[in-house]
Amino acid sequence: MEGVIALYIVMLAAFTGYEVIARVPVILHTPLMSGSNFVHGIVLVGAMVALGRADTLLEQVIGFTGVVLGAGNAVGGYVVTERMLEMFRASGDRKKKKESA
Amino acid sequence: MGGWLPDNVATLLIDGSYLLVAFLFIMGLKAMSSPVTARRGIVVAGAGMLIGTLMSFLYPGMGNFPLMLVAIAIGGGLAWWSGKRVAMTDMPQMIALYNGMGGGAAAAIAAGELLRMTAEQPGVATGHGPVVTALAAAGAFIGSVSFSGSLIAFGKLQNLIKRSFRFKGQQVMNLVIVAATLAIGASLVVAGHPAMQTVVLFFALALLLGVTMTLPIGGADMPVVISLYNAFTGLAVAFEGFVLENAAMIIAGIVVGSAGTLLTQLMAKAMNRSLGNVLFSGFGEGEVAATGAVAGALKPIEPADAGIMMAFAQKVLVVPGYGMAVAQAQHKVWELCQLLIDKGVMVRFAIHPVAGRMPGHMNVLLAEAGVPYDLIADLDEINAEFETADVALVIGANDVVNPVARTDKSSPIYGMPILNADKARNVLVIKRGQGAGFSGIENHLFYLDNTRMVYGDAQKVASALIHAIKAAG
Repeated sequence: MEGVIALYIVMLAAFTGYEVIARVPVILHTPLMSGSNFVHGIVLVGAMVALGRADTLLEQVIGFTGVVLGAGNAVGGYVVTERMLEMFRASGDRKKKKESA
Repeated sequence: MGGWLPDNVATLLIDGSYLLVAFLFIMGLKAMSSPVTARRGIVVAGAGMLIGTLMSFLYPGMGNFPLMLVAIAIGGGLAWWSGKRVAMTDMPQMIALYNGMGGGAAAAIAAGELLRMTAEQPGVATGHGPVVTALAAAGAFIGSVSFSGSLIAFGKLQNLIKRSFRFKGQQVMNLVIVAATLAIGASLVVAGHPAMQTVVLFFALALLLGVTMTLPIGGADMPVVISLYNAFTGLAVAFEGFVLENAAMIIAGIVVGSAGTLLTQLMAKAMNRSLGNVLFSGFGEGEVAATGAVAGALKPIEPADAGIMMAFAQKVLVVPGYGMAVAQAQHKVWELCQLLIDKGVMVRFAIHPVAGRMPGHMNVLLAEAGVPYDLIADLDEINAEFETADVALVIGANDVVNPVARTDKSSPIYGMPILNADKARNVLVIKRGQGAGFSGIENHLFYLDNTRMVYGDAQKVASALIHAIKAAG
């Protein structure tokens, strides 16, 4: 990738991350930390490439470890974040739920 | 799988899908910034992850697919199983664990790249220039620290590691390790064709640093540390994204890195401490326990009397802390509050930003118990209301309500914003025993004239209070 273009990407992504978080209420800090933890689980695709291009046994072992860890990050991050967010409900939602039940 | 498409078509599909991945991640995180849309947010981000993973099978020139599928099944399967089972109270350590795995994966990618360089013959052009090598090494360093550090954090929160290891010269030792790791890292970049031993030593030192950095940090500071390592892993992923020329990794990693840094700062600020102070000072380890004697006495009260006090109150503010999490008392506490609400008492939950072991830890527990989020207020929103409250019910919280933070300049928590529970007409404190909290600081709130102590496990006390209020009619 062109070096300068990569720097543009970094700058824009950094501002995006900052802006997205800056408006988050305290009550969502834990799910958000967990959610951003899930997002860097994209490291899985890099680990897949590393394993896919591995030739020697050592490279395969390292790549395999990377994919196991990356998949754990992605799947685990998703499951716990989803479980936490599922629990957030407003008083109104609860009443509606009771009525419909 | 790979190879049945012409390379240029596969590359185009992958690049296009990564653009979509980045878009979905950012939309997902944005949706997570409001409780109304948060649930949708994680699903959107999850769709992005699925697309990115599936399309990555198309990379030209890849092999080892059976191994890859087995690895995904093992890692994903174990994480799915553990993530579904973990109790809400144990969330902080699970997040630390998954985060550490991400850091480890980034370090593994870097290890593969650096080892390939050792195999190259001197004089033959390397695949990477010095800039890319430096980025790979930086990612390896940060990722390894995040990996071993997160594992230690997990061990401490899970109570596998019971004490904090401290000794004189610890900071000096850490600095020496940092300097040595950076020096070896620099030599890797300069050498171009490093020796295998050098690469191994580099990783060993970086992993060691994560351990020695995290071991001395007390439980109360763990939220800040987990959040910091989350940002670290993001950065490591972004650096390896450069090495692999993978735009999705760069964008996701940098977004998480910058967001995580901001989140870490917000948390450190809420404790009125700098990040350096959290990492490098001995807070919460007993050295500060000698904070002068307190005037007054602890005045116990029976749950029955405490229950009646609340039943006839107009406004009750509940301040939950780590003690509620430990006792798994959130369901009973909400049952108690519902009883009060039915009696016409106005009940709100007051949450300190660093209550518990993670920012928003209490919110998650209360949400699990079914407390609607509009009954939950944070420090700025609710602090003025304590003056008009009849009862402040403090459940297993300590430092976050200690008035010493306002008055005693010699106290280590001086200047930390606290919940003004002491301003309420009556203060009820549910506490397991008489000892000081994890910080070892005596809590002056407990000795005030308007404070009564209810001793016992938070869950049992909440049950007793429910019983008392029901009995009072």
